Amino acid sequence: MISHLPVLQVIVPLMAAPICLIFKRAQLVWLFSLLVSGLTFLISILLLQQVMTSGVLSYELGGWQAPWGIEYRIDKLNAFLLLIISAISTIVLFAAQTSIEKEIDKNKHTLFYVLYLLSLTGMLGIVATGDAFNVFVFLEISSLSSYALIAMGKNKRALWASYQYLIMGTIGATFILIGVGLMYQMTGTLNMQDLSQRLPEVAQTRTVFTAFAFVIVGVCLKLALFPLHHWLPNAYAYAPSIVTAFFAATATKVAIYLLIRLTFSVFGLSFSFTTIPLQSLFMALGLIGIFIASISAIYQNNIKHLFAYSSIAQIGYMIVGFSISTVTGLTATLLHVFNHALMKCAIFLALAAVMYRLDDVQLNNFHGLGRQMPLTMAAIVVAGLSLIGMPLTVGFVSKWYLLSALLEQGWWPVAVLILLAAILTVVYLWRIIEVAYFKQPLVDNAAVKEAPILFLVPIWTLTIANIYFGIDTRLSVQVAQAAAQSLFGLTP
Amino acid sequence: MLIGLFNNWIVVILMMIGLYIVIAHGNLIKKIVGLTLFQTSVFIFYISMAKVVGGTAPILADDIIQYSNPLPHALILTAIVVGIATIALALSLVIRIKAAYGSIEEEEIQRQDNQIQADKKERKQA
Repeated sequence: MISHLPVLQVIVPLMAAPICLIFKRAQLVWLFSLLVSGLTFLISILLLQQVMTSGVLSYELGGWQAPWGIEYRIDKLNAFLLLIISAISTIVLFAAQTSIEKEIDKNKHTLFYVLYLLSLTGMLGIVATGDAFNVFVFLEISSLSSYALIAMGKNKRALWASYQYLIMGTIGATFILIGVGLMYQMTGTLNMQDLSQRLPEVAQTRTVFTAFAFVIVGVCLKLALFPLHHWLPNAYAYAPSIVTAFFAATATKVAIYLLIRLTFSVFGLSFSFTTIPLQSLFMALGLIGIFIASISAIYQNNIKHLFAYSSIAQIGYMIVGFSISTVTGLTATLLHVFNHALMKCAIFLALAAVMYRLDDVQLNNFHGLGRQMPLTMAAIVVAGLSLIGMPLTVGFVSKWYLLSALLEQGWWPVAVLILLAAILTVVYLWRIIEVAYFKQPLVDNAAVKEAPILFLVPIWTLTIANIYFGIDTRLSVQVAQAAAQSLFGLTP
Repeated sequence: MLIGLFNNWIVVILMMIGLYIVIAHGNLIKKIVGLTLFQTSVFIFYISMAKVVGGTAPILADDIIQYSNPLPHALILTAIVVGIATIALALSLVIRIKAAYGSIEEEEIQRQDNQIQADKKERKQA
């Protein structure tokens, strides 16, 4: 049983998704999905433990040996990402049933869980697999289900947002497919481990350059790197709130993982950063993304829009850390992947609670909410402080590593820009805090009460995690550092 | 050189036509047509990659020594299925958009969205 864990991680939610259709009652489906998601969480903990103690796990699907068959390869990086995705998915599901009762038609509740589990399968699959073509298949599983989930939003703009995301997402995925094809043409293999050994021999050919370009652009479309981010704000703002909470914390992280895996493991450090000027390109795009997205966030009146732009800015931080291409820089990126998942999931779940009580999340809905929904608003404030990077929160830990990585290289102008960008974060958060705490409640909202307990438990679990991992950094830093070191080939 | 890469030329031309339609056309159905063309060009690319000169269909038989590479065929079979699912989903979205907006022209949809925003602002001022 234990030796089958890598494949069970993906198979369990995949098999569970159609089983959901058997149940008639939405409540039962909810409990079942929660159980399944909890099970994947448990598996990911076991996997991480195994990987940290005994090194890389390799699983051959159907017993076919590695370069011929499909291999699932779990190293420290995957195990870390699997843990984040399955943990977030489980926490979000706690609040799911209460939230969708308000936002999705009753006859679609079962289908919601089917799509949710399929989307989870896709994301776990992308991370677990060690086969380049398999990545494309899982990418499409998660994307197709996410288009449908976004289209479930109440507002008719959700349909338009979903359509735009579908067009962009399909172009991105097809780009990845072209890149994988070109790689296969040059090397005759699809296994990532095998590719990394065979690519250096043919690295100086135009075909490999083209493959690299296609794959990277495809992945960047998926991770909403500036200037390829236009699909994201509307998709996040008009999707059902619970879907936003899930995707904001996981979907772009999976794309970041793919970027790291492809550049570091498959194409190799020297090709990605020496032969191709990826460093200056990503550094510039990351920084511009941080500023443009933060400034756009300041001018948004729909709070879900506001935090969607803030997500694009946070992706900018991850990309800056990535582009430094040192162990500390990569550690900062991986830490931020973990930390940003905690903060954004808490914030978007809190917004889901506001949506549950008020049916909308425009800025004027927040008048006086600090008094009416004190616990929910307090969670937004704590997670917001973490977003800024206050000490004693997780945001501080990843900012600290990012800045020290930049100063290690002597790039203090970039470090100054990163600190300046934090001020922009303060500005857009202050707009919410001002309205929520210093304005009188609106007359129409006089009857608004605190969010139900099923919202408060997951929201505060995440908020406390925000503080806990900001003080006790052993687990997150240790794993992120070990993963970064193994990518640089420092430890086996 | 030019003739030898005939298939690749076709692939690139189809790909660019498809991508151009997706970007340039405002009609949602036309966009999907472009997307399909774009995806199909990639299928042709994979299939022509598998061709081995002088090789036959990859079926095991006694007197056959050389055959085409079957792996890209298998891969692209998967990709075709994915493509069909994408198009089905896109078309069903278009049906829902038509029902909600009464139009499948990008300009009209954006005009209606902006209209809603403008109305909200007016109400706030009033």
